[in-house]
Amino acid sequence: MSTAFDHPVYNYKVVKQFAIMTVVWGIVGMAVGVLIAAQLAWPALNFDTPWLSFGRLRPLHTNAVIFAFGGSALFATSYYVVQRTCQARLFSDTLASFTFWGWNLVIVLAAITLPMGLTSTKEYAELEWPIDILIAIVWVAYCVNFLGTITKRKQPHIYVANWFFAAFMIMIAVLHIGNNLALPVTLTKSYSIYAGTVDAMVQWWYGHNAVGFFLTAGFLGIMYYFVPKQAERPVYSYRLSIVHFWALISLYVWAGAHHLHYSALPDWAQTAGMVMSLVLLAPSWGGMINGMMTLSGAWHKLRTDPILRFLVVSLSFYGMSTFEGPMMSIKTVNALSHNTDWTIGHVHSGALGWVAMVSIGAMYHLIPIMFGRKAGEMYSTSLINTHFWLATIGTVLYIAAMWVNGIMQGLMWRAVNADGTLTYSFVQSVEASHPGYVVRVIGGALFLTGMLIMAYNVYKTVSDSNKALAAAQA
Amino acid sequence: MSALSTFWSVWVIAIVFGTLIACGLLIQYSSKTQVHSEETDETTGHEYDGIQELDNPLPRWWVIMFWATIVFSVGYIAAYGLANMQGFLKVEVDGKQVPWSQTAQWQNEVEKFDEKVAPLFAEYAATPIPELIKNEEALKTGQRLFASNCSVCHGSGAKGAQGFPNLTDNDWLYGGSPEKIIHAIKNGLNGMMPARGVMPSMTDAQIDQTVQYVRSLSGLKHDAALAAEGTAVFMQACAACHGVDGKGNQMVGAPNLTDDIWLYGGSTKQIDFAIRHGRNGVMPPQGHRFTDEQVHVLAAYVYSLSNKESAQ
Repeated sequence: MSTAFDHPVYNYKVVKQFAIMTVVWGIVGMAVGVLIAAQLAWPALNFDTPWLSFGRLRPLHTNAVIFAFGGSALFATSYYVVQRTCQARLFSDTLASFTFWGWNLVIVLAAITLPMGLTSTKEYAELEWPIDILIAIVWVAYCVNFLGTITKRKQPHIYVANWFFAAFMIMIAVLHIGNNLALPVTLTKSYSIYAGTVDAMVQWWYGHNAVGFFLTAGFLGIMYYFVPKQAERPVYSYRLSIVHFWALISLYVWAGAHHLHYSALPDWAQTAGMVMSLVLLAPSWGGMINGMMTLSGAWHKLRTDPILRFLVVSLSFYGMSTFEGPMMSIKTVNALSHNTDWTIGHVHSGALGWVAMVSIGAMYHLIPIMFGRKAGEMYSTSLINTHFWLATIGTVLYIAAMWVNGIMQGLMWRAVNADGTLTYSFVQSVEASHPGYVVRVIGGALFLTGMLIMAYNVYKTVSDSNKALAAAQA
Repeated sequence: MSALSTFWSVWVIAIVFGTLIACGLLIQYSSKTQVHSEETDETTGHEYDGIQELDNPLPRWWVIMFWATIVFSVGYIAAYGLANMQGFLKVEVDGKQVPWSQTAQWQNEVEKFDEKVAPLFAEYAATPIPELIKNEEALKTGQRLFASNCSVCHGSGAKGAQGFPNLTDNDWLYGGSPEKIIHAIKNGLNGMMPARGVMPSMTDAQIDQTVQYVRSLSGLKHDAALAAEGTAVFMQACAACHGVDGKGNQMVGAPNLTDDIWLYGGSTKQIDFAIRHGRNGVMPPQGHRFTDEQVHVLAAYVYSLSNKESAQ
């Protein structure tokens, strides 16, 4: 990675590092995802090897795509956006470098410990306590660096993207530390300080806000900068951004209880979690409206600009999954959907459709700039277009397969005969899910293929830029 | 329901409604202070890295949707309750109207269900099991109960797996009469073979001898010399449960060692493991999951697996 393209004022080095790692970790995380999806369709693919088994690789997949791929995208874009919109260099280059190496060390440690079976068993927080402490330190350094940059801004106001980034990183610090409080027993084993239902509630307070703050607020920050930039249009409504920002961050922290419907959690906590999830619909859609309407007057650009297409389709999937989410949080609907593949489909319409697509769009905009080119000037636009269609079709196949499977499983599990016995045994519902699992593998493989094309496109962009630079210097 | 102290109850109600009210005030205030009521080209005057912001009003349909969810939430809380405040929704349990709770909802559904299927099961329960196995419909019901509750261990064909008995071979550890089967389903079973039988002093050499002797009982390939020496060890360590003839004892669930049915496998290695470390077989009691009538039908199904042919 040449430093020859560095900006005279801004720290682009850390942005460049994280941007490249976004592509790398994206491929790794999604490849593991495709493997475990294939294991569900053809179980022999775990090769009777403990560290290749679904139970160990599934947390590796979720951690890799959320924290390695999504996290790198967030680091890259937030460091880029905060400098550009504050017209100030990062608060500290040392802290920036520390966050890059620290974060990647965390990812490597996760990739080693999770397949070994070392886990605290909390979903999306499986890493054991020494790694949790490292995450906390890196994260606080990130917060200091980001907020420090905002304090030295040369702009009177703070741009809306930076509100979302700031809210995301502060809340993630609180959630990560709160949920991972544990009593260490050995270097690789600890026990949560919470017990029973309280532990479950704390876990889902964390778990749902990993979605709400990491995967929503953070990525809305990306959306608020890259959509108007790529469309070259003003943001639709400043007022709307204020209302939906405050409503979103104050409601999301309540929503976790909807993961524990019809459980030992007291009824009133389930009720509170459900109504807050419902009220969350409008604030979520506020972000989608603001992004979509920013395109008014620029819709024609969608015909020629596949990067903008990535961004717009990501907003459509965001709107769809934030409608689906409140619906699934209703107790009656949840009674059908809980523990079925519908949940997996819902998560992936957000993860593939929204998080990955908006990140990919932002990376295609930003990576050429990092290597001395104009925004979005990648090696090949038609390859971006190919990537776009692979990603879109892959996502649609994935979520459609899971909807069909999920609703079918929910209905099969509750079907009863006149004699009061269950109509189907569990294994019959597994058997019936097989075609859906195969379609999911195809969808995931298409999405992964798109990422490989992206990697090639990025590689060619970087090597072409390096050649052009060498020629200019000669 | 009233598990909360008054303070916490008031606190929960205050922050839930506080959040909803704050959202309402936020929309109300933002709508009221709008400069424009139509779409506009006017910006706020801010500019960040070339990005400007329009001062467009909040979309009307969006504001209405936001309010609608808040109003629905208040209504939902009124119906279902919050903290120690009971909702107005009532459910019938045990002939009484009680405030909604997930437990009450569940009881209500179970009661309705039991009422519906009770006549059918009453008829089955009145028929003795050896008679009931001639009733195809009853057996189908029993098979479905088995598939949902027993197949996890015994397999969907009831043929068992290593450590889980095959229920179709008419070979019974604890006896195969209808009464024994019902007892096993309701109360569970605990099969415990101590390591080295009742002879803790058994040496490694004696274990080898016993293994060969046990294999000889069912005519498996064995070392005759070792087996001969194992006879005495068997009598001392194993005969108390498995009997001097090795045919087992259904009183304690000790398997018959002279047939070719092996719960944990009949290889030298597996028998060696069993003698060296003992075996613990546990079938958990299932009585709390079924009514007596359901157990009767389930037992008939299990009984039929070994007795269907003779009944016909």
